[in-house]
Formats: sequence, C-alpha cells, structure tokens
Amino acid sequence: MDLGNLLLAPLELGFFVRALAAGVLIGTVCAVVGTYVVLKGLAFIGDAVSHAAFPGVVAAFILQGPYLIGAAIAAVATAIGIGYVSRRARIRTDTAIGVLFAGMFALGIFMFSTIHGYVGDLFSFLFGYLLAISPGDLAALVLLSAVVLVIVAVFWKELLYSTFDPLGAAASGLPVERLEYLFLALIAITIVISLQAVGIILVVAMLVTPAATAQLLTIRFSSMMGLAILLAIGAVIGGLYLSFWLDVASGATIVLVQTGLFVLTLGLGPRTGLLARRPGGRAA
Amino acid sequence: MDPMRGQQDDHPGGHDRAGGHDHPHGRGDGHRLPVVGAGIDAGHAHAHADIWLSDVTAGYGDRVALEHVDLAIEPGTLLAVVGPNGAGKSTLLKVMAGLLVPWHGRVEVLRAPAGREAHRIAYVPQAELVDWHFPVTVHDVVIMGRYPALGPLRRPGPADRRAVDEALEKVGMAEHRGTQIGALSGGQRRRVFLARALAAEPDVFLLDEPVTGVDTTTQEDLMDILEAEAKRGKTVVATTHDLACAAQRFQQVLAINRTVIAHGPSSLVLDPAVLARTYGGHLLVLGGQAVVLDDAHHHDEAAPGEPHFHDDSRSKTP
Repeated sequence: MDLGNLLLAPLELGFFVRALAAGVLIGTVCAVVGTYVVLKGLAFIGDAVSHAAFPGVVAAFILQGPYLIGAAIAAVATAIGIGYVSRRARIRTDTAIGVLFAGMFALGIFMFSTIHGYVGDLFSFLFGYLLAISPGDLAALVLLSAVVLVIVAVFWKELLYSTFDPLGAAASGLPVERLEYLFLALIAITIVISLQAVGIILVVAMLVTPAATAQLLTIRFSSMMGLAILLAIGAVIGGLYLSFWLDVASGATIVLVQTGLFVLTLGLGPRTGLLARRPGGRAA
Repeated sequence: MDPMRGQQDDHPGGHDRAGGHDHPHGRGDGHRLPVVGAGIDAGHAHAHADIWLSDVTAGYGDRVALEHVDLAIEPGTLLAVVGPNGAGKSTLLKVMAGLLVPWHGRVEVLRAPAGREAHRIAYVPQAELVDWHFPVTVHDVVIMGRYPALGPLRRPGPADRRAVDEALEKVGMAEHRGTQIGALSGGQRRRVFLARALAAEPDVFLLDEPVTGVDTTTQEDLMDILEAEAKRGKTVVATTHDLACAAQRFQQVLAINRTVIAHGPSSLVLDPAVLARTYGGHLLVLGGQAVVLDDAHHHDEAAPGEPHFHDDSRSKTP
C-alpha cells in the first residue's frame, strides 16, 4: 500500500471523515479558548471542570437524556462555582478547585457504580472515542463551537486586556468580573464539546498543550492563537491517522502527538530550545 | 454594573468637568487644604474636587488598610502619595479607581461615585503585578488603553493608531513598538505603561509607583510628561517611595500611614516633623535631609489572590 492510499483510504469511511471534521473543529475551539487559559494560568480549572462534567454525563445516561445537556449543566455550574468560591471564600483558589473537582468526580463514579448493565458508552466519555461520533453529535458540535467562537470574536480585546492587566482594565471601565464569569462558561462549553474526542481525563491537554507550544514560538498574542490553532489541527489529523493505522485509542494518540510537538518545540524552538541564544551570551 | 462597583450613594457635585477647567495651575492659597486634617471648607472642597473621599475606611478580608480618610483633590493637581510600606498607598489608589469598595465612607471621582466615570480614568498598577512574559509587544500594550472606549466588536481605527503613535512618541518608545515587553528595561516598562495611560486620554491618572526602580533620566522624562498633563487640567495621583522626587517634582504631597497624616504643598508636607509622624522609626533626618529607612523595592499590601510577578529587569540598564 503506498502513502497516497494510506491517506486516502480512510477518507472513504463516513465515520473517519466525521471524526476528522469533529476533531478539527474541537481542536480549533480548544486552541482559541486555550490561548486565554494558558495566559490566565487556568489549566487546573480546565482539568477540574472536565472531571466535574462526569456526574452530568452519568445522570444523562441514567435518565436517557442527551449527554451534552447533562455535561454542560454540570460543567458550567462547576466553573461558575469555582469562580464564585475563589472570589468570596477565604480559602485559596487551588484548594477550592481541588475540593470541588474531586467531589464532583466522586459523585460521578458513585452514580456510575449504581448502574447495572451496559455502560460501554460511558467509558467513551472517560477516554474519548472520536471515531464513534454520530451525525447528530457532529451537528451539536458545530452549533456549540460556533457559539464559543462568536463570543470570543466579539470580546477578544476585552478578554485580552483583562487577562493581561485585570486592575488596569477594571479601572478604565471594562466589566472584568463579568468577563471572568463569561470566560469560565466558555471553558465549560469548550470542555463539554471536547469530551467525546479525548475524554474527561485528557481534555485538559487539548485546551492547554497547543497554546503552550505556541507560546514558546511567538511574542504576539494573535500569532500565539493562530499557531495554537494550526498545531491543534495538525495534532488532531496526525493523531487520528496514526490511531487508525495502528488501531489504538484515538484520544490518547492525539494528545501524545500534541505532547510530542510541545517537547520538540521546547527542545528545538528558536526562543526556548537548546539551540536558542540565551541572554547573557551563553549561545550554543 | 460590576458588583464590585457603584455601591456608594449617587451624589453628583455641583460642577461638571467643563466648569472645572478654568482653575489655573497652582491656584491661590484660598483653596489650599491645611497641612493636617480635613478641609476647613469641606463643601467648597467637595464641589471643586476631581477626587473626593469622606471618612473612607477600607481593607482586605479582616485587615484594615486605610482608616477615616478625608481627602479632596482639585483638577490640575500633581499629587504624590508618600508613606511607609503597608501605609495603604496602593489601597488608596484602588479605592479611587473603584477597584476596591470601601467598608465605610464615600468616594467620588469626577463628581460621580468611584467607578462610574471609569472611561475617564487611567490606572497603572505596580510593575510587580504585571506578567512580563505575556506575549504582547509595546504597541499591543499601549493600544489596550483605547479598548475600553472602543467597546466590543469595534476594531481600533486610524484615530486609535494616531493616539498610540503620539503616546509612544511622548514617552520616547516609538522605536521599540515591536518589542515584547519582557525584553524591556525597568525604566522602559514604566514608560510603556505611562504611554498606555496617555493613549486613553483620561482626565484622571492614578499611577502606582510610576518612577520606582527607574533611572534618573527616565524619572525626569516621566515627571515632565505628568507635569504637562497636570498643566492641561488633568489630575495626576502617583504613589512614590522617593521623597526627593516628591519634593522636587510634585506640586502637592499627601503623607499617609493608614490615615491622612498631612496633605498640602510639597514644601509644607515634606518637613521632618510631619515625616517623622508618617514614617515613625523608619525615618532618619540628616541635616535637614530626610532619609527613609525603608525597602523601596518591597511593595505593600498585595490584595488576597492578586498575582505577583517579580520584576527581573532591575539589574538591566535602560
């Protein structure tokens, strides 16, 4: 089998094309939102919100409702809850996140363990199964992605200013606190639409890794976001093909490709790599 | 509205901004506040003030940072806020900027409750509160000053680019517009943030330590710019650890240590007796020259949860 055939043969399969389309869309949304997540230092919140979506997914499974709604309710509620607790309560934010996310995940596992019978679909939410995405899932994904991307397109300046200098932005009249809650909701929606691709455990990598890799390569916000999108799409396409050829888990393969790109950039990148010129003259 | 804001009573003063501009710079002594304590003619001071605080008490959690502060600052004032670490200098600025709602008392800025006229205010945080590794260039930072007035959806236009160019020209950073902010020296970083404030074309400047950790040339340049803004009728409030700078370059000085110790012309406030009361044991008077025994690089009262980025540029030359 030649290379052209290796690349083209899977495209004749409907499920593979759907997986590619969904993966590219998820990668784009994750990279856009992830750029702000990385700059705000919210990676841990991303991890927490994804785990907190689990009880929502299980509840939807038990009630035979749409998983997307269950996950969205649980994720958005947790994200807003974390925002509120970290502003009002007298405990450190990371402690509040740790308490909330472990508690929510435990609730999910507890509910999960009460189900007797077939639970195969639920495992795909833990570890992701992009190749199983249905046309209906894909339609919902397109809709929610559009919502997230439009909101970021409208508020990108305001989000950027309040991320960079929250005090200066708030003093000059930007509604920084409301932007913060809006952004937490965007993180939650992004995570919900990514769950089926890579699963609860790995979704934080989709959110953080491409943006972190991009930050190593550029000094400008707009190019960081653009590069993050390219890296995410590249990793999704590469990871999907690899998982197809090797017959291994697609979500994990995508994340491994992203991680590989990050390590490669860290090692060889022009600004941070081993070959980069260091300030202080120790050039290699 | 932002829930952090607008919790004071609406209490518009008698004069709008247009009516307040006829005050010449360095106006007569009749309007001057006495050196110690609140204004005698409180109503008059209130009506004419750009910034007005009445019996303000503020803090973080259960820690008091400011107590019973009364203050009136007239348009066109160039005011230095001095005091030891933990005296509440930054807190005072945050209260004026509407970033911190006081526990008690009233704050009016530009004749409206603090935070209401936010688009006419430019606030510059301490250098330690900025993430210098953030992927933005000098130009990117300065144009942020234009964002609040633009609103969502609208992209910066020719007028915004002109304002950015002028601001960068004024602070002498035009040739560094494409530089990432982390690659700048401490003095250049302060210049960029002043440029952002200038680009916003505000009526009130609130600057936290604008000349701390900068070289003398930068200090002189920045003070020349602030002096020119005050002469145009803008109100400039800046915290500083540098008493010599406060004495030489500021028209008025406010000495605080949790509450107002003294407020008035710099020559009257920067007097050894007042400074001794402000700084307590941290002040040494050498032949009429006051020396503050204080760590000027240590900033005071970071609010809980506030990020704190260490400025690694101090050793670099500008």
